[in-house]
Amino acid sequence: MKILVPVKRVPDPATTIRVMPDGSGIATDNVKWVINPFDEIAIEEALRIKEKQGSGEVVLISVGQTAWQEQLRTGLAMGADRAILIKADHPLDTLAIARAIAKVASDEKPELVIIGKQAIDDDSNQIGQMLAEMLGWPQATFASKVELAGEKCTVVREVDGGLETIAFPMPAVITTDLRLNEPRYASLPGIMKARKKPLNEIAVDSLGVELAPKLKIKTLNAPEKRQAGRKVASVEELVQVLHTEAKVI
Amino acid sequence: MGDVLVFAEHRGGHFPKTTLIAVNAGLEMARKRGGHCIAVLSGEGAPAAAAEIAKYGPSKVIVLDHPKLAHYLADAAAQALADLVKKTGAETVLATATAVGKDLMPRLAARLGAPMASEIIAINDDGTMVRPMYAGNALATIELDGPVRVVTVRGTAFDAAKPADSAAPVETVAPELDAAALKMEFVGFNEIKSDRPQLTEARIVVSGGRGLKSGDNFKTVLEPLVDEMGAAMGASRAAVDAGFVPNDLQVGQTGKVVAPELYVAVGISGAIQHLAGMKDSKTIVAINKDEEAPIFGVADYGLVADLFKAVPEMVEEVKKLKH
Ligand SMILES: Cc1cc2nc3c(=O)[nH]c(=O)nc-3n(C[C@H](O)[C@H](O)[C@H](O)COP(=O)(O)OP(=O)(O)OC[C@H]3O[C@@H](n4cnc5c(N)ncnc54)[C@H](O)[C@@H]3O)c2cc1C
Ligand SMILES: Nc1ncnc2c1ncn2[C@@H]1O[C@H](COP(=O)(O)O)[C@@H](O)[C@H]1O
Repeated sequence: MKILVPVKRVPDPATTIRVMPDGSGIATDNVKWVINPFDEIAIEEALRIKEKQGSGEVVLISVGQTAWQEQLRTGLAMGADRAILIKADHPLDTLAIARAIAKVASDEKPELVIIGKQAIDDDSNQIGQMLAEMLGWPQATFASKVELAGEKCTVVREVDGGLETIAFPMPAVITTDLRLNEPRYASLPGIMKARKKPLNEIAVDSLGVELAPKLKIKTLNAPEKRQAGRKVASVEELVQVLHTEAKVI
Repeated sequence: MGDVLVFAEHRGGHFPKTTLIAVNAGLEMARKRGGHCIAVLSGEGAPAAAAEIAKYGPSKVIVLDHPKLAHYLADAAAQALADLVKKTGAETVLATATAVGKDLMPRLAARLGAPMASEIIAINDDGTMVRPMYAGNALATIELDGPVRVVTVRGTAFDAAKPADSAAPVETVAPELDAAALKMEFVGFNEIKSDRPQLTEARIVVSGGRGLKSGDNFKTVLEPLVDEMGAAMGASRAAVDAGFVPNDLQVGQTGKVVAPELYVAVGISGAIQHLAGMKDSKTIVAINKDEEAPIFGVADYGLVADLFKAVPEMVEEVKKLKH
């Protein structure tokens, strides 16, 4: 089966993010760029399905700039078969990115799109659900277990108050949660092979989808920093100050 | 007119505090956009929940009635809400960013071709909104263009709606659904039952991290403190990943966001992703044996100690306070 996996380039989660003084964005010097962690989980799940079935194709897709090739190559080194870079040099909102991916998905006709639940930079948690609606497909968000049987897919989802199980026919969109799997690292032979795997570029404007942003970021501000308080010497003192000073117990 | 549809989530007729938060945010949005706030419910038990929610200030309550809506599923719910947006001409559709809100609202936005803002924390008078990005390290002021827009609100940023003087009228609407396009099926819900307060509703939250070392220690060491304080229990991702506690307890950027009056972090280092979910708590306490742990950077009161000694002591001290 063919599985499409969207991939976003984001700052390493360990990076300290600083907002530029003029509010125009974040400072990108000293930022290490990585694959969005939820997308690594998505790639891993796609590879496991392919390995279990003994055949199939895992196709990566990014809507971004030339630099994003780096993350696509890393995904190819993990084991994906080929990659598509939809080149966009102007910022797009989530609707436009979802439209661009939906257009490619309708041409590629995968049985599954496996996608991260959330990009750790914009924290939107939108694109998988948008994609499912645009394609008219079922969606299973926040997946912690995926089971395939014939045309049917059963997914356990991490929801409020427990775990929900839903089922649906493919094609479908699945968004990954943290407990779905533990992504593999790219091996050295994997990295060598990845260099020769196909990475096609398409200009976003050539897709014929509406791109004008409807969500605009006016400014970015640094949040007020919380001041560190003080150390207490003992449990007894701690409980006392919580009672008499903070008055919370 | 800037009418606001609030998706009022409930389970079998009972609604969590997050639903009252959505109603209150909807009332604020409607006031600032010169429109009315309309609460919308669907699913089993909706009429009972509708009668209740009607007492919290909306101008009207609508029950969406269709056999395909008996149990919440994103595809049917998105169709039904989109149909209602067309029928009412509403400008904004709003929900709290719960698991259901996060699942449904982007799908609805795509169906409407509308932009969506996730987890807003403020509604400005000029129509812009504020939302955190980068695990809360940046606050973006954003604008949504077009005749319709979709919004989820962060539960910690808005108060719950209060009972009003009179109850709003309740109306039942049968949405038009394209049933052939609905392919999702509910199989089951494995509920994690607990007698403790809800994590997102509790006045006090006591969270444990990898420092607890095992699920057994959560039970024997942390739970007595949680219960003595009448608190909800939370956890770091590391504790959830290790299987010490259920996923539902994860606090952080990619788990639940909480802001109780008192947050006690036990054996948690204070990674940026964890801080994103608790740093707006009123008072923060950290118990950690490493005095360099970043959690102390946000704690009002820090105790450098071995948790296996400090936590049982704390249970005793809190007990003493009660006598
Ligand atoms: C994409 C992504 C999303 C994430 N989302 C989240 C999220 O939502 N929530 C979240 O919490 N994390 C999240 N994380 C993980 C986060 O980066 C940290 O790895 C995690 O929070 C660490 O958990 P911890 O503090 O329990 O463990 P550790 O960092 O291992 O800290 C354990 C602490 O316990 C202390 N300790 C050990 N023994 C004792 C003892 N006997 N007495 C006292 N103290 C002791 C240690 O000094 C240490 O400070 C995410 C990471 C990524 C990449
Ligand atoms: N520009 C992009 N190109 C490809 N995939 C993306 C892009 N932006 C977001 N995604 C995918 O959408 C998921 C959810 O992102 P978001 O809705 O922005 O939180 C991410 O985990 C990515 O897999």
